[in-house]
Amino acid sequence: MIGSSSSPTVLPDWVGRPLDEVLQACEELLEDTDFPTVRQWRENGGKVIGHFQVYFPEEIAHAAGMLPFKVRGAPVEPAQADSRFGSYLCSIIKTSLELALSQRVELDMFVTHPICDAARNLAGIWGRNFPYTCQILYLPQNANSNHAVAYLRAEYDRLRREIEAIAGRRVTDDDLRQSIAVFNENRALLRALYAIKREKPWLLSADEAYVLVALGGLLPREEHNALLHALLPLIEEREAHPRDRIRVVIEGGFCEQLPLDLVRTIARSCYVVDDDLLIGLRWLTEDVPLDGDPLLNLADCYIEKSSHSPVQHDLRKPKEDMLLKRIKDADAEAAIVMAAKMCEPGLEEQVAYVRTLDRENIPYFVSEFEESMTSFDSLEIQLETFLENLLFD
Amino acid sequence: MSQMATDTSIVGRGNQDGAQLFREWFEELDQVAENGTGAAYVFVMGSLTELLRVFDLPIVFPEINSLQTAVRRVAHEYLSEAEDYGYSPDICGYVKADVAVQLRGGEHPMGRIPKPAIAICTNACNTYIKWAEIWERMHGTPVFTLDIPGTRAAGAQTWPGDPDFETDRQYVADQIKELIALCEEQTGIRFDIDRLRETMGHANTMNRSWKRILELNQACPAVFNALTDGTIYLGVANGFRGTEAGATYFTDLADEMEYKATNGIGTLSDEQYRLLFVGVPCYPIFRRFNELFSEWGGTFVNSTYLWFASGGSNLGFQYDLEQPLDSLAEGVLVSVRNAMDSMFFQDLVLSEMIDDYQADGVVFHPIKSCRTVSTGLADNRRALMENRDTASLFLESDMMDRRVVSEAQLKNRIDAFFEGLATRRKRASIEHGETL
Repeated sequence: MIGSSSSPTVLPDWVGRPLDEVLQACEELLEDTDFPTVRQWRENGGKVIGHFQVYFPEEIAHAAGMLPFKVRGAPVEPAQADSRFGSYLCSIIKTSLELALSQRVELDMFVTHPICDAARNLAGIWGRNFPYTCQILYLPQNANSNHAVAYLRAEYDRLRREIEAIAGRRVTDDDLRQSIAVFNENRALLRALYAIKREKPWLLSADEAYVLVALGGLLPREEHNALLHALLPLIEEREAHPRDRIRVVIEGGFCEQLPLDLVRTIARSCYVVDDDLLIGLRWLTEDVPLDGDPLLNLADCYIEKSSHSPVQHDLRKPKEDMLLKRIKDADAEAAIVMAAKMCEPGLEEQVAYVRTLDRENIPYFVSEFEESMTSFDSLEIQLETFLENLLFD
Repeated sequence: MSQMATDTSIVGRGNQDGAQLFREWFEELDQVAENGTGAAYVFVMGSLTELLRVFDLPIVFPEINSLQTAVRRVAHEYLSEAEDYGYSPDICGYVKADVAVQLRGGEHPMGRIPKPAIAICTNACNTYIKWAEIWERMHGTPVFTLDIPGTRAAGAQTWPGDPDFETDRQYVADQIKELIALCEEQTGIRFDIDRLRETMGHANTMNRSWKRILELNQACPAVFNALTDGTIYLGVANGFRGTEAGATYFTDLADEMEYKATNGIGTLSDEQYRLLFVGVPCYPIFRRFNELFSEWGGTFVNSTYLWFASGGSNLGFQYDLEQPLDSLAEGVLVSVRNAMDSMFFQDLVLSEMIDDYQADGVVFHPIKSCRTVSTGLADNRRALMENRDTASLFLESDMMDRRVVSEAQLKNRIDAFFEGLATRRKRASIEHGETL
């Protein structure tokens, strides 16, 4: 039973309920495409910034008292959004807009990033469809420039001004420091959660871990922190035993998300000991310093203390080498290399990943996916065959 | 003036000279490949050839190489080879054609292409960056990503004097200095600011002329076809940017267009409909695609392609040669930003273009290969149609992959579009008659 208490503002009351029941409730919450927590936040008088994948400096929105909502698509039919797009596009682009057009989520500001050719179009598209501020946050693509951090600090300051205008209040450096502290705590909790995945994967299935991480994108971080603080010790105490399963890393979930059922399918056959699912929520790999200029600290961490993804070019972080490192650090035996359908960076990166894994003699399973897919039978059989071959090799 | 009295030494000169320059460019690249020395690989949005020429770097535009395989109807061979290597049918066809060129040791229908000795890509298209990573892996090519912050929201451009603009300009200027250091290191040639002034001077002439040429197509009849002739001009605008030959070509081309405008010489002898083109041309059936319009008397009078594929040179930006580095940063920032705007925030621009060019219709052509250009087209069209009573056509195909180009389906749609235009014109004529 969970005994810690908190003051929930948007999350249904979970205090005092058994772990599995809370995990089930979390899963239902994540799969609810009406986003009740965001709705509740608005009903409480709060404002919401929708930020498209992959990374967004949520601390700036938080410091203004707004809810940063991670726009990551959803398994919904793009009934209205379809007419705003042509063919040959990934699903997340369409379903993200659908969430707003269908008023499943209502925003006060929308921000996208130049992560890919499709996503950067969203500011224009969103701006033509909604009256609120819709813009591009130009995260630097030249991570190796000595001037990238200074530029990004200025870009964050521009964003702060935009957000201040919408929030109707000033965002001071102290406000930012307080928010950074909240997010540092969140990042530490997520690191602890991933440590369980790596070290005792039998205690936490891949789908359960995914749900707990993903909730961060639609909850106030204080509530997410309280939830993780309460659940992680209970997960550690779970009575489960290691099984003879292959340890794998999933790569390819940096933007469009694998359907939860697909994660569940994968989890039935193997231990997912690391992944890049929702990597934006875990982009900063260390605590952001609380002293000094908070925007500069955030900018510096984005460049210098960060993860990797196919949508950031950094000469210091060739993606295939980073995948090998992820596999090695997690002591994984194989990789599942996924790419969302029609995702240019993901599909391009797949080639480099596969060739590198071949060279290194690391077994891999490669596939495409779409967030709206509902049938996994064929994929599950293929995956099981792949894993059984490894087990009996 | 009648067609009989046309000065044939002027009319048609741009296309002939452009083709000749193109051949010479590829012959030179073939020689470079033969010598085993590399070239600078750059892209049309932010090529920085003004700067690279200071270091005597031969220039390769992989986008142009790729489209040439489609125009010459061999793209499918290259695409298949890249797909066999592992690349998905759903990614950019330009990238895949280039992958095959690299795998073939530079073999290309127009000659041999040298390997990349250095690659410079801007963030104007994210695929540029992914593309350059392929050369990094294949050849160990040093890659420089020039980050150019674009417009943050529709209509929110900033200009010199605005602190946000100055931040962006400073960032671009700082990166250009880093690029200069990299070029010095790679070529062993010291940076010469006077040579930069010279190449920027040539770029000024080219920019000024290109802007004027585009304006001259407001003439009725249009003096050139923005889709077919325009693509030839774009090739020279990119391949010869920063050279005396390029400056001379564009000066002559502007003279030719002035002459045609003054004398009422149209690119079509019987222009019926004036059209705007939005997107990237259908290169696998390049000539035929245009004929599907010209057979109805339709002429493309302007296109967003002529803007973004010239890297925003349509603005006519003039560098201040007294302060070359700062001015280069400002010019690159403003021009590439404009190129991006013509893709992401084009609805307002199109509305102005309809008036300036007296357009009867707008043809939107999203393609499988390019999400940068294509993602927003349907919504741009929807927005444009809400604000303007102008006919529009939405055609999907590709710039490289003939597997998704169906000429029969295109023809059906295009024929119906012209029938609609004719009906509109007839109705307008009747309504006009009634009001008289």
